[in-house]
Amino acid sequence: MKIAIASGKGGTGKTTIATNLAVVLSKQGRDVELLDCDVEEPNCHIFVKPEMETSSPITIPVPEVDDAKCTGCGLCSALCQYSAIVCIKGKVMDFEDMCHGCGGCTLICPEKVITEREKEVGIVEIGQGKGFSFLHGLLKIGQVMAPAVIRGTKAAGRECEISIIDAPPGTSCPVIEAVKDADFVILVTEPTPFGLNDLKLAVGMVRALKRPFAVAINRCDAGDDAVKQYCLTEEISVILEIPDDRRIAEAYSRGEIALECIDDYVDIFSTTIKQIEGHHQ
Amino acid sequence: MKIAITTQGQDLSSALDPRFGRAKWLLLVDSDTGAFEVHDNTMNLNASSGAGIQAAQNVANLGAEAVITGNMGPNAVKTLNMAKVQIFLSTDGTAQDALDLFKAGKLQGITEPNVEGHWA
Repeated sequence: MKIAIASGKGGTGKTTIATNLAVVLSKQGRDVELLDCDVEEPNCHIFVKPEMETSSPITIPVPEVDDAKCTGCGLCSALCQYSAIVCIKGKVMDFEDMCHGCGGCTLICPEKVITEREKEVGIVEIGQGKGFSFLHGLLKIGQVMAPAVIRGTKAAGRECEISIIDAPPGTSCPVIEAVKDADFVILVTEPTPFGLNDLKLAVGMVRALKRPFAVAINRCDAGDDAVKQYCLTEEISVILEIPDDRRIAEAYSRGEIALECIDDYVDIFSTTIKQIEGHHQ
Repeated sequence: MKIAITTQGQDLSSALDPRFGRAKWLLLVDSDTGAFEVHDNTMNLNASSGAGIQAAQNVANLGAEAVITGNMGPNAVKTLNMAKVQIFLSTDGTAQDALDLFKAGKLQGITEPNVEGHWA
């Protein structure tokens, strides 16, 4: 089962929840893998402190045009939705930074003069930490194709009983890549107007993707009850509520996992797992 | 000669649009006769990325030999350079003002971008 941890708003506690769930599952003796797919700024490793074993490049295919043989028909340019290849007055020019690596131009070229070159956009590192497998993707500095790195990170994962995916914040392409094949999505929010606004966007996203989901409210006693009211009205389950507990903030600031320092949280996160497995059956 | 001018409206009395790729309209003006055609740039205006490249491709394929706009980034400049379309910068006023300045030889021509790309 794949469980993705996402949120509209950033800084709501995705990493806290992802790492604590991975640790509690590992303590239960389950076969777990944690994938940090927040490839623009992965941070799960700060808490998991894994021993990294391998590092592999993630690439996308970018076009190379044989100008001497190109007839300038312009089919490649008309196909590309990202202006990564253009045809002007019979001459073709490509912009590899715009290329999403779909391979469409190579396929459509009637003269077969476009070949593909692999361009590195990031890396995936694989290791072990706290009794489970750990992977994270890292987008190369200066590159913008985060979805390709997320795809590569997920592809590097192994078949296991439970995969926990820490998604990037927001509701754009990288998030969709991270959550689109999840069996269950936890949307993390906080009880504030910003938290509610961005939760609504995230709910719209997971509904469009037809993913089963529930909400986790972090610092649940710190704001107002508008998030809970919204979840009631929309018939969305709240499967985790974490109080505004100074001990969690202190553990976090030391790079420690909350349930390893505070016993109360073992039960809280175990209950969340039970509820997800209940939903999933 | 045919000149493409980025504008906020649909005739020569309209204000120049300082953005190239995301300009509202493109006027294709015949500098000898003053006759012009209006081209809607809304599709590029709303593009997620690549607006400059696409606008440059459109301008070149419309047969313009020069462009007058406010700012141009690296990808649009690279595209227009390849297409051998000259680029001139003008800051404010109407399309007619820009055309007059161009005819008087008072506009600055560029072959390098004057602003950074939006990914930068």
